[in-house]
Amino acid sequence: MKLPIYMDNHSTTPCDPRVVDAMLPYFTEKFGNAASRNHSFGWEAEEGVDQARKHIAALIHADAKEIVFTSGATESDNLALKGVVEMYKEKGDHVITTSTEHRAVIDAAKALEKKGVKVTYLPVDKTGRVDPDDVRNAITDKTILISIMLANNEIGTIHPIAEIGKIAKEKGVLFHCDATQGVGKIPVDVQELGVDLMSFTAHKIYGPKGIGALYVRRKAPRVRLAPMIDGGGHERGMRSGTLPVPLVVGFGKAIELCAQEMPEESVRTKALRDRLQDGIMDVMEEVYLNGHPTERLPGNLNISFAYVEGEALLMGVKEIALSSGSACTSATLEPSYVLRALGVGSDLAHSSIRFGIGRFTTPEEVEYTIDRMIKAVNHLREMSPLYEMAKEGIDLKTVQWAVH
Amino acid sequence: MAYSEKVIDHYNNPRNMGSFKKDEDGVGTGIVGAPECGDVMKLQIKVEKDTIVDAKFKTFGCGSAIASSSLATEWLKGKTVDEAGRIKNTEIVQELNLPPVKIHCSVLAEDAIKAALNDYKKKGETEGQAEEVATPV
Repeated sequence: MKLPIYMDNHSTTPCDPRVVDAMLPYFTEKFGNAASRNHSFGWEAEEGVDQARKHIAALIHADAKEIVFTSGATESDNLALKGVVEMYKEKGDHVITTSTEHRAVIDAAKALEKKGVKVTYLPVDKTGRVDPDDVRNAITDKTILISIMLANNEIGTIHPIAEIGKIAKEKGVLFHCDATQGVGKIPVDVQELGVDLMSFTAHKIYGPKGIGALYVRRKAPRVRLAPMIDGGGHERGMRSGTLPVPLVVGFGKAIELCAQEMPEESVRTKALRDRLQDGIMDVMEEVYLNGHPTERLPGNLNISFAYVEGEALLMGVKEIALSSGSACTSATLEPSYVLRALGVGSDLAHSSIRFGIGRFTTPEEVEYTIDRMIKAVNHLREMSPLYEMAKEGIDLKTVQWAVH
Repeated sequence: MAYSEKVIDHYNNPRNMGSFKKDEDGVGTGIVGAPECGDVMKLQIKVEKDTIVDAKFKTFGCGSAIASSSLATEWLKGKTVDEAGRIKNTEIVQELNLPPVKIHCSVLAEDAIKAALNDYKKKGETEGQAEEVATPV
């Protein structure tokens, strides 16, 4: 086993070598501009793009014409929210989303609020799921867009998207889904889910960074978007700019591999995740699962280790790449807003660690991680005044702390 | 974020980690911070004839918070009560090479020193039970 171990696959994934192989010719030999219609270099590049678009559309049960390439899911989210609001502003000025969306959606929504758009941020239950009835009740005659993620990037919780899709359709409201963490990991069918727009990206599924897509429904209803980037009218006018053909080809290959391997891969990653979860939670006291026990991404595990601080814990296992919901690991010095929205106390939010199992995670790495986590947590608990107080029978919630 | 070697050393080999009995003679206890803020430090001094003969800490917090309090116990030993009161957070920042985002850890360590000294002095006055900054309600 090689160190360091990469177990932060929600953040990004390595490029699959098969993806890199597929991309390479498009840097040097097939370097043409896919928009060049008059020579073979252009045709070759266009052929590569068309193939990729077909693979991507097939995985999500869409038509190839409904795939708009972007620079990544952040751009897709921005284009979906801002593009829909701009296009449909005569119809209404209300957007519904949730409080646990990725920052790309939350911050795009906040930017819209500054321009006078009304945004409802729906709460989630303690497992991180939004209640479809809350969505229904939040819809007004001014609502033009609902934006709810497929699976959460921190806790892996999968939202009841198909149910929300039905409500959106019934009420005639457009439905955008940020499926960045879900596509390629769990089956995604835009028809079954009833989504009209959907964001996803290559680098979460063993493809290259810098390329993503927005699915934009063409029929029933035909979704229109105001572009954010003007130019040569690429991507049906919704996203101008020369396509990065090697990245597009890599994205397509990554999706093709996911389509082939998902049935086997999701079972394997889930088994490794379950082993990691049990290996830690069965032997340690006062560890808490964040998220939904079953409606969760197969590779996701988010645990709070009471009485120890997340960043200190990461420091103790620095040969394993993980992430934490602790304030100390964020730029804002606030603990994870996702965990806070679940009702997880700030103390436990500071104590949270996210594990992301992926395609290249091995059973040996999982066993090593279990062992190292247990040792590091015990080391820090020995050092923790909170653990000592709890052991003495003091209820920490009754202590008057000097909040600073 | 990359930690300084000194922070890593204190994290891996914490100095004077542990606890004194709070009602022990000559012991002053300071507990500062709050779990919801992500750091709580408990710092204790043991004083004999106005000199700090021993110090212990326990810290819930990031590596820099652990290192700040561990370093504080090293510095406290051998100092008089008055000298201990003059330890400044900026000295801790300098010694551990703490980045700006971690300065609050050193402030907390200074607060913990002051709280422990106050507790010790208060006990001297009342000859009573230890009073902590944070007390169960």
